[in-house]
Order: sequence, then structure tokens, then C-alpha cells
Amino acid sequence: MSEFLSENLPKFSSVLSVIAAFFIILGLIFAIAGRANGKKARPIALTIFLGPALVLLLAGLVIPGVRTILFSFMNPDSNEFIGLGNYQWMLEDPNVKTIMINTILWILVVPLFTAALGLLLAVMLDRIKHESIPKALLFMPMAISFVGASIIFKFVYEFNEPDQVQIGLLSAIVKFFGMTPSDWMLSKPLNTFLLMIIYVWTQMGFGMVILSAAIKGVPADIVEASALDGAYGWRLFRNITFPMVKGTFIVVLATGVVGALKVFDIVRTMTGGNFSTNVLANEMYSQTFVQFDQGKGSALAVILFLLVTPILIYNIQSLRKERAHN
Amino acid sequence: MSKKIAEHNPGRKIFSSKIATVVVWAITIIWTVPTLGLFVTSFKSDKDILGEAWWNSLLNPNFSFANYKGVFLGDGTESLSSGVLPYFINSIVITLPATIFPIVVATMAAYALAWIRFRGSNFLFFSIFALQIVPLQMSLVPLLLLFTGGAHIGSVQIFPALGIAGDFAGIWLPHTMFALPLAIYLLHNFIAGLPRDLMEAAHVDGANHFTVFRRIVLPLSIPGIASIAIFQFLWVWNDLLVALTFASGTEEVAPINSKLASLVGQYGSGYTQLSAGAFITIAIPLIVFFSLQRYFVRGLLAGSVK
Amino acid sequence: MKRKGLLAVTAAAALSLVASMVTVTSATAAVNCDPYAGYKSMKGKTVTIFTSILEPELTTLNTAMADFQACTGIKVKIEGSNQFEALLPVRVKGNNAPDLAWIPQPGLLAKLVETGKVKVAPKSVVANVDKYWSKSWKAYGTVKGKFYAAPFGSNMKSLVWYSPKQFKANGYTVPSTWSEMTALADKMAAKGQIAFCGGLGSGGATGWPATDWVEQIVLRDHGSAVYNGWVNHTVKFSDPRIVSSMEKVASWMQNPKWVGNVKGIATTTFQDAGKGIPDGKCMMLQQASFYGNIIAESGASISPTGDAFAFYLPATNSKVTVPVVGGGEFTAAFASRPEVVAVQTYLSSATFATSRVQLDNWISANSGVPLAAYKNPVDKLSATYLANPKSTFGFDASDLMPAAVGAGSEWREFTAWFGEGKSIADVVKAIDASWPKS
Repeated sequence: MSEFLSENLPKFSSVLSVIAAFFIILGLIFAIAGRANGKKARPIALTIFLGPALVLLLAGLVIPGVRTILFSFMNPDSNEFIGLGNYQWMLEDPNVKTIMINTILWILVVPLFTAALGLLLAVMLDRIKHESIPKALLFMPMAISFVGASIIFKFVYEFNEPDQVQIGLLSAIVKFFGMTPSDWMLSKPLNTFLLMIIYVWTQMGFGMVILSAAIKGVPADIVEASALDGAYGWRLFRNITFPMVKGTFIVVLATGVVGALKVFDIVRTMTGGNFSTNVLANEMYSQTFVQFDQGKGSALAVILFLLVTPILIYNIQSLRKERAHN
Repeated sequence: MSKKIAEHNPGRKIFSSKIATVVVWAITIIWTVPTLGLFVTSFKSDKDILGEAWWNSLLNPNFSFANYKGVFLGDGTESLSSGVLPYFINSIVITLPATIFPIVVATMAAYALAWIRFRGSNFLFFSIFALQIVPLQMSLVPLLLLFTGGAHIGSVQIFPALGIAGDFAGIWLPHTMFALPLAIYLLHNFIAGLPRDLMEAAHVDGANHFTVFRRIVLPLSIPGIASIAIFQFLWVWNDLLVALTFASGTEEVAPINSKLASLVGQYGSGYTQLSAGAFITIAIPLIVFFSLQRYFVRGLLAGSVK
Repeated sequence: MKRKGLLAVTAAAALSLVASMVTVTSATAAVNCDPYAGYKSMKGKTVTIFTSILEPELTTLNTAMADFQACTGIKVKIEGSNQFEALLPVRVKGNNAPDLAWIPQPGLLAKLVETGKVKVAPKSVVANVDKYWSKSWKAYGTVKGKFYAAPFGSNMKSLVWYSPKQFKANGYTVPSTWSEMTALADKMAAKGQIAFCGGLGSGGATGWPATDWVEQIVLRDHGSAVYNGWVNHTVKFSDPRIVSSMEKVASWMQNPKWVGNVKGIATTTFQDAGKGIPDGKCMMLQQASFYGNIIAESGASISPTGDAFAFYLPATNSKVTVPVVGGGEFTAAFASRPEVVAVQTYLSSATFATSRVQLDNWISANSGVPLAAYKNPVDKLSATYLANPKSTFGFDASDLMPAAVGAGSEWREFTAWFGEGKSIADVVKAIDASWPKS
């Protein structure tokens, strides 16, 4: 007992003191910087508010990002420039074509589905009693670590020969309706969609919670006013609620695209990227960490980066519009 | 009070609450069935799981707490001699700062990007959004090098060797870095939506940015901050890669999730123990979810129309 | 109330911790420190080892090293991870390397040596390896003429798992030649039994069991020279000899008469593949020596008369004597502190190998381990084949090939060969095209 406590209590006390120190330092900085006035006030405020984030981003993401771009023009061991060789490989390799098609499928289907379902549920949850219970249950898959989720879906997609006991839920349901189950992970192109379901299942809670928070932020008096004007049901949603949460909906959508682009653990555990289910992020992982080809892995990462630019442009435009309105 | 309005006002109902109740519960049940499978599996033995479908086990139950006992109290192996409790504590020690730090830093940055006017603020905001896509796998080696050796330009040290690799701080810092783009993006969405006249009135009253941030922005963004905090908490809680790279899988620092991943064991058949472990680890995130849920209340902004 | 419950759990956990401490201290009293007289006492020093080995093997390894730790005062901390192959290079490149690592692929060792962080083996280790291991085993731990990593554990891959009880019930006898084995499989098929099971599924490493099957046949059909040429790509995958061996694999593991659903092999995990052996759901499975542990997980007994046992996969060509495919781990060092060298030396000694072998489920190619030390009959059988001077030994080819092939295109293409019916011609073409140019 004392052994256990003496090993673990210091961990708690040190973590609490670290957090306390963090806030005390922050408070001091705020107090001191708050005294500045006149011309210097704004640059000082800007530095304090934005500085820490920028330094952390620079070290954690910008420098590694630039490094990745450089490596994409280099050989597997990153000690020799080879020009566009890695990009040429991508154009020529037949597997990469499948990977690109799948990745595009993922970013078209998954974010839309996740966000739409999240919105539907957020809106409906707002209308029911005891919303916290279904909300918590719907949110639960997010809390399950992927290690756990992979077992869950083993027992959903598992397939045995038609004459044997089915221990996979999907096979059993199909059998219940008198059809013959098939080896799901081999069934193209269904298998890719089955993998997407896992992602939607785990991530839908994110959109739901964020959109739910946004819906609760719609001022009640606006709704009341429009209700007095005779706006009900679908019309109320279309004319009032949706426009008010549209910004958040786009945020959830954009986050979904980034998430779908980065997905690799689902594909990796379920099929290992075989049977035409491979996606960019998984291939990037394989090239970099299994086949030790930093060059090809980096080039694939650069393509990931390029794929997100359309969303970026759309976001810039919608934000500009929003700011123009204000 | 605002809740009362919602309940008594039919105009707020897009879908009548009956249909909504049915739809919500139908989806909830579909959503929960797979988890139920995991729950049942966690009470079975390794021998049973391949021979019998879990829904059949519900009908003729043959359940035991052996998996939970093994996970909690240790199963006789060296690395799980005292159960998962030490790893559980590590997880908490890792997750608290790794949630608080990025949220605070991101809230400050989001405020600056939304309400302090400066040249290039839009460009900066979108650059930060775009950084989300940098695969964190690509950041592991450069960050480790930074922590172990510092940074130099020529022979001038511009960043000290922190020597925190293998330490808790070595896990907090990368998590903080990796969380910022998404957290700033989401919080910006909330904070930029705050009523402009409120801010302007405060500035007219002579408040500076620090006061506005503390007195107006923070209290009004609580729902946004709470929801993002939940997700940051979850991501850190369920993370495997960062912890295994920057610390190690030993009992002193490794979080529960990394222990869970290795519970499958050398011969890949510890599914049932793993299911039990997975259930134990859900507990804390659910507690966090419930305790933060009370911040998702309506009407914080009621009465202050844009 | 709630708090009390938590306290109880905490107390119980703490008690079991204390209990384990007590057993360790009481064991120290009875330790015979004579075998470790050559090592200096280094109390308070710690050596970290990183490995892909997980429980329950970690505990056994620790037990095997307990006396060494008690006598020298060195604390050995072993960390096992199923992300080992990806994490080790990251930690090494990021200057966060462990002191030692057990590396299962000579190809990965060579990659790590390129970073300049792997230490050349100290003299004491070289002496041990020269004394106890064959030249070929030493060669796998050698990169560009410099010797780095001593062999650690080994496994024997040329085994077929079967159920002695089921064989007895059906009146089958263990085959000793390839044609006897195919005749037996035909007999089983005629009875409506599944003669061979197989599973390629292994997450990100899906496909590796198929590489083992091809390696078995290439070595059996053509011998060492062709096998080694194949590893170096002087014999291409499209070479008629390799293609003919792959055709033989296809007529064996893709024969619907014997295996039932061929495509299902691609989606079955390798762990689940052999679970039906004790019940006779399938009769034979080609897998390595460690596979007995997987079958035993469900409570099956492993013995020549039990629920499961293994026989030697017969040769196919009389000109190739006793072909054996095997694999193993190698101890690489990233530090040269005296305590690290001491542990490294100890791990390469016959003292360690013997004490580990005595704890079961382990094979060493260390010649200082007496055969009598093996308790487990499968391990003994495997060790006999590994130690046989007449054996034609081939180290797991995919572990020796460049990672782009051995951990990339070969896995992917062989999985497509089984799961999607891709033709051998297309498979070999794709693999040859993926071989690194330089």
C-alpha cells in the first residue's frame, strides 16, 4: 500500500503543481501586460495571445512539415536528392491509383455522412426529454479506444462458411433474412464502405456534440420571434436554425475531411490495406514505418496536404463572406 | 428559464418531439449494439468467443469476472503484476495537462485571431487550419531530436535541449502542439461568433484585451471550450503513438491505452481481457463527458442578439 | 462508500505488489552466483531493452535473467510493444534509443546501422558468438563486414501442425515424404475433411504466412544457392524456378479440394487459422514452432499423443538434404556503458540460453545449450533440426530482403494472389518491379 502510494502520489502532486504554476504565470503575465497602454498595448497583447501558439506550432508542425516536403524529393534514407522520382512512382504505380480513388471516396462520403447525421441528431436531441442518456450512448463510441473498437468490429464483420455458426453480427443478420453471407472484407467495393461505417460509428459523436452546442447557442428570442411569424417545423429549421449553425456545420464538415484523410488505423487493422481498400494515410504509414522509404512516404504526405486545399479555399471564401456581412 | 420557453413553445419544434424521440432512440440502439457485443465479450473466456456468437451468450449466460479481475489485480505476468491501476494513474497524469495547456493556448490564439485586428490575420488563421493535415507521424523524429538535442543554427544554440524525452513533460508538449490547429479552428468559430457590440462596449469602457478576454470571452465561450475539452481529453486518453514515442511503455509513465494494446499478448488471443480493459478505460471519459455536459446549456447568449 | 471500494482495490493492488517484492527478495537468498563470477558487481545500474516480444514471454525472459540481475545488481527493464518495428527507428533517429533491442529482421538491423547509432559488438560478445554459433548465424548479425548483433532466440518454420488424437481416430500416419503428405491430404479430402488450413491475416503485416510457404518450397525445390540468390534478387521472382515453386504452393495451399475456401485464407487471421486443429475442423497447418503456444491458448495439450503436435514439413527434392527455414532475433546495442556490455555478453552466453530454454517455449541456435535442456517436445524437435549439421538452412527470406519487398510488395501481392485470384505471372511482375533500384 505505502509502496503504491509513495510511487504514485508524487505524480499527482507534481501534475497539480505544474498546472497551478501554468495558471499563476499566465495570471502574472496578464496582470503585468495589462498595464501597458497607448501605442504599445496592441502589439503586446497580440504577442502574448498569439505568441505561445505560434512557437508551439512552428516547432511541432511547421518545421516537420517543411522537412517532409524536402524529404519527398529525396531517396528512402533522405540523404540524396532525386528530383521528382517519388512523384513519378505515384503516377506509375497501379496500386497508388486505387489508393487515390479510395481516398477521394472517403473524403466525399464520410464527412458528409458524419456531419449530416450529427446535425440530425443534434436537432432532434434538442426536442426530446432526457436527452443526456441517448446523447451519452451516442457519444460512447468516441470514448472507446481504437484497440477496443477493432475487436468490436471483428465481431461485426467476421465471416464463417455459410454452413457454420456465424459469430459476426452482419453475417448473422444477413443469414436471418435468408440470404447467404459473404466474406465481407473481400467484397469489392462494399468493403471500403464497411470500413467507412466504422469511422462514422466512432466519429459521429464529435459532430453531434459540437452541433448540439451550437444549436443551444441559437438565442431563444430569435426562435420565439419567428415562431410568432408562423415559422414551424422544416421552415423554421431551414430559415432560422440551419443558417445560425451553418458556420459550425461547415467546421464539422471540414474537420471530417481532415479526419477522413488521416484515417489509417481502421484500414490497417481490418484489411491491412489489401483487397483494394488501401488509402493514402495507410500507404504513407507503410512506406515510412514498415518499408522505411521516407521519400515515398513524404511524397504521399504532400499529396494529403494538397487534397485539403479545396476545403481550405472554400473555408476562406465563406469566412470572407461572413466578415463582409458583419 | 430559457428551457421553459423551449418546452412550451411549439414553434421551436422542427420535428414533433414524438418522431424525434423514436428516431433518436432507434439510432441510439443501433449505435450501442456493437458496444454491447464488446461488453458481453468482456465476460467470456477466450475459448468461447470464437465458437459462440455473443448475442447467443446473452441467452445462455456463462459469465465470469475473471477478465476484470486479471486486468485490475494483475494476471501474474511481470508487466501486469499490479494490474492496470498504475497505468490508469499515468493516463490521468498525462491527460490533465495535455488537455488544459492546449485549450488555454488555443483560446488565447483564437481570441487574437478573431478580435485583435492585425495585418495577415486571415492568412495566419488559414495557415493554422491547414496545419491540421501535417501527419503527426512526420513530426515524431524532428520533435524527439529537438527534445534530446535542442536546436542550433551553426554552433549557436537557439533552443535548449529540454531533456524531457521519457518524462511526462515529454508527452504533454507534443500533445499540446498537435492539438492546436484543430482547437484554434474550432474555438475561433465560437469566439468569432460572440456579439460585436458587447466587445465594443467593453473597449469603450476602457477595458483592455486582457480584461475583455477574462471577463467576456472566457465566460461566454464556456460551451465551446467544454465541448472541445472533451474531445481533446479523449484524443489524449486514447492516444498510443505519442506516448509510445516520447515516453516508453513501462509502468512509470505509460498510459493505460498503450498497456491495453499489448494485452493482446504475444500469441494474439487476449481478446477477452482486452475487452475488459477497454471497458474500464471508457469509464473516465464518460465521467468527464457527464460532468462537462452541464455546460452545454442554452441561453448563455439569450438577450444579446447580434 | 464509493471511496471505500476504490481504496479496497488500491489496497489489493498494493498488496499483490508487496507480495511480488517479497518473493523476489526471498529468492535472492538461494541464488548461486558462481556462473556470474566473471561479471563485475554494478549495483543500481539499469539497462533498458526494447522488443516486439509481449506477455507472457516477457515475464519468462525476466525470470530467466533473475539470477543474473540478483548477482550483478543490474536491473534489466524490458519493454514490449506490438508497434516495435515502427517505433524503434523513430526512437533511434530521435536520439531516444533504448540500450538494447531485440531485432527480428536482419534487414531492419542493416537500416539501423546506417543511422550510425548501433554499436559494434564488444569483444566479449564476439567471443561468445564465435564459440557458440555457426558462421551463418553470425553473418545475419553482420552488416558490411562489421559484426553488430548476437543472435538471441530462434524459431523453426518448417513444421506442420496436426492433431495426434485426430490422426489416431482416423487411422492416419504422419507423412515423411512430400508424396506421402499429398496422398494423405487426398485421403482426408475423400472423407470430406479439410486437409490444410491457413490464414494470412495479421493487420498491417497481412500476407506474411504466404511468404513462409513460398520460402519453404523454394528452399526445398532448389537448395541454398538459388534461395540465397533469390534473397539478393540475382534470381528474380519471375525466374522459372521461383515461378515453378509458387505453382507448387498454389497446388498445395490453393487447392480447393484440400483447403476448402481458398479466398477465405486471405481474410482469416493466422492466429485463428489453426484453432480448429484439436477438434479436427482442419487436419494440418504449416506454421512455425511458436504456433503451439497459440493452439495451447484454448487449453489444448501439445504432445506427440495430445491434441496438437507438429511434424517436419517433408523435403520435395532428394538433392536438397534436410531443408529447414528458420528465423530469429538479434540483440543490437545503442549504448556501450559497462552494464550494457555486461547484459549483452550475458545474453549471448550459453548460461542465459540454457536458463531461458529450461523455462520452456524457446529455442536457441546456441550450441552450448544441451538438447536435454528442452522440455517441450516441439522445441526439442525444432532444436534438433536447427542443430543438425546436414541441414540446408535458409533464414526467413522476407526478413532478409529489402523492406520495400519483404515487408511491402511481397505481403501485398501474395495476399492478392490468395484473396483476389491474381495470377502468378502478375504477382511476380509486380514484386520484381518494386525491388529497389540502387
